[in-house]
Amino acid sequence: MTSTTTAGRYQLSQLAALESEAIFVIREVVAELERPVLLFSGGKDSLVMLRLAEKAFAPAPVPFPVLHVDTGHNFAEVLETRDRRAAELGVQLVVASVQDALDRGLVSEPPDGTRNRIQTPVLLEALEKGGYTAIFGGARRDEDKARAKERVFSFRDDFGQWDPKNQRPELWSLYNGRIHPGESIRVFPLSNWTELDIWSYIAAEGLELPSIYYAHEREVFERGGMLFAVHDVCRPREGEEVFTARVRYRTVGDASLTAAVRSDAATAAEIVAEVATTRVTERGATRGDDRFSEAAMEDRKREGYF
Amino acid sequence: MSTTGTTGTDDEAALVHRGADLLRFATAGSVDDGKSTLIGRLLLDSKTVFEDQLASVERASRDRGDEYTNLALLTDGLRAEREQGITIDVAYRYFATPRRKFIIADTPGHVQYTRNMVTGASTADLALVLVDARKGLVEQSRRHAFLATLLQVPHLVLVVNKMDLVDFDEEVFRRIRDEFTDFAARLEVHDVQVVPVSALEGDNVVSRSARTPWYEGPSLLHHLENVHVAGDRNLVDTRFPVQYVIRPQSGRHRDYRGYAGQVAGGVLRPGDEVMVLPSGLTTRIAGIDTADGPVAEAFPPMSVVVRLEDELDVSRGDMVCRPHNAPTPTQDVDAMVCWMDESAPLAPGRKYAVKHTTRSARAVVKEVQYRLDTDTLHRDESADRLGLNDIGRVRLRTTTPLLADEYRRNRTTGGFVLVDEATNRTVGAGMITSA
Repeated sequence: MTSTTTAGRYQLSQLAALESEAIFVIREVVAELERPVLLFSGGKDSLVMLRLAEKAFAPAPVPFPVLHVDTGHNFAEVLETRDRRAAELGVQLVVASVQDALDRGLVSEPPDGTRNRIQTPVLLEALEKGGYTAIFGGARRDEDKARAKERVFSFRDDFGQWDPKNQRPELWSLYNGRIHPGESIRVFPLSNWTELDIWSYIAAEGLELPSIYYAHEREVFERGGMLFAVHDVCRPREGEEVFTARVRYRTVGDASLTAAVRSDAATAAEIVAEVATTRVTERGATRGDDRFSEAAMEDRKREGYF
Repeated sequence: MSTTGTTGTDDEAALVHRGADLLRFATAGSVDDGKSTLIGRLLLDSKTVFEDQLASVERASRDRGDEYTNLALLTDGLRAEREQGITIDVAYRYFATPRRKFIIADTPGHVQYTRNMVTGASTADLALVLVDARKGLVEQSRRHAFLATLLQVPHLVLVVNKMDLVDFDEEVFRRIRDEFTDFAARLEVHDVQVVPVSALEGDNVVSRSARTPWYEGPSLLHHLENVHVAGDRNLVDTRFPVQYVIRPQSGRHRDYRGYAGQVAGGVLRPGDEVMVLPSGLTTRIAGIDTADGPVAEAFPPMSVVVRLEDELDVSRGDMVCRPHNAPTPTQDVDAMVCWMDESAPLAPGRKYAVKHTTRSARAVVKEVQYRLDTDTLHRDESADRLGLNDIGRVRLRTTTPLLADEYRRNRTTGGFVLVDEATNRTVGAGMITSA
């Protein structure tokens, strides 16, 4: 972050200020809460989270494991990055498998074949099994209007539920992490970051990302105005024509729901330039799951989703 | 579908993030004064609103039968808010211009949500109070201006909205401005701006309006972009609350022992003579580390790791300061408290957990000295308790000393929260008045 650290004498640049705030939050959790865990998928926000965790405790190692709720609908490049980064940092990677939960009958496959919604019970089970009381997530308030209301320390009851009308006031940087047995705190150190901040940070840090975030040629088809990759879990239906396009991914989630966008941006710096001028939100452009209703995110968060 | 527009260049993008700083502001105002519309307008005219968000708001406006695109729907996100047409909880919004990134704490106007206003103002550099030009100053405007100054928000902006509904009448604006300036003179605030706007039609929000030729000040956005906030932090009194002790205990860093924390005041440099509280022992700073390497100085709000020359017993909750400039360790704390709990009042004899910097303690309420009427600023000295949304002066006795400064000198070392030990809810926000 050398070139972007200061905005003037004794004044941090906004990116350095966000980094500093996130590091403070991560340290606060480790100092005050037992058994933290970081939700880590190998996607861009979780890679930024892991870098911040690395910075928060350097030169000591990251003092908590990382957890991936694996829908089984992944892009191979992302899983590869997930495994490599965890190994490089020497952090323990815990994988909770949705496929395994399907096989055990904990959840059942929705008729549309997407697995985003059925992640929640798998996540909650994994949290209970690990005894995790503080769960770091890479969610940002700019992603959705329900997330705009989320606290940095977000209290969840015994069932992992979020109640927007019953949130703890959060003043200054005094975070209240006190909980009773069974309850937990979801922690969002990236709350005040935007998509542009994430990309600027990736560029400044030289963070390695799965290749699918950068422009590449891919077999795609169009559905509902969005470009979906041809994938084991996402096949064109009749009448949907497959063609090759130069695309990149703005978010990476369940491959059956996550769309690509046309782009020529092949480096982090080019993406920063592109994001700075884009006219569509990343979720609006690429996430089928938020299109279900006006309050799709709020409803899922109430159930225990991130 | 393309994600890129045709405007903007690499240079612009680079500007947004290199050298730009951060301004946090809180918005307040009473119900229906157009606060959400103003924020919607700021986002829209600064081109922060995305096409899909706008399309969704246009669709929702049509469905509700609104005559125009209801910009308030950009910010009122929760189901209950849309149903009731009001803002329930503090929400955070983001936008950026080439000069600055902005974090808006959008706080509700309803009197029962005063605690949310206090929450939003606690980290704000600037507070924006909206009034309806037709109604002028109302109780809520005075309350919000007062709360902002109580929370030591250094800059205050009164936005006289709905100027379109009073035909952009200069007299109306002058009257409100003068009344507000008189009121603000009684408050502890050094920078007050008053701007006439129409949030609905966009006058004086992003650019100056031709419909207010008599107004010579900046547009609202211009003011937000240029207000000087770097000097608001305390760079004189060195304060470094120890957050976490870093001891790798393995590999080549076996002997490393560093104190992690965020600088809360002053400037730290290697070689500085420092004192650690509460022990009172002195030593020197051996080095200041970050993951990106050592630094020559650290200032607020940098998160760093400080190494000391001598092996002292230092742990979380301790404070690194200067030998002749230290906070006062005290178990008797006088503070202004905003009460936030609906289930039980703050009353003498009650005990709470207190969190102050990185230090936790327990506290008992010794005395409620007075309750403040936030409209008249009258002190009711007969009050013996604080109910939901009440603000008053309270004396507490803590189990271990707090390393405290007056809130007016340092918002970080002068602020604390009270937590109910049975329910774990955050029930009070305190600002230390004497330490």
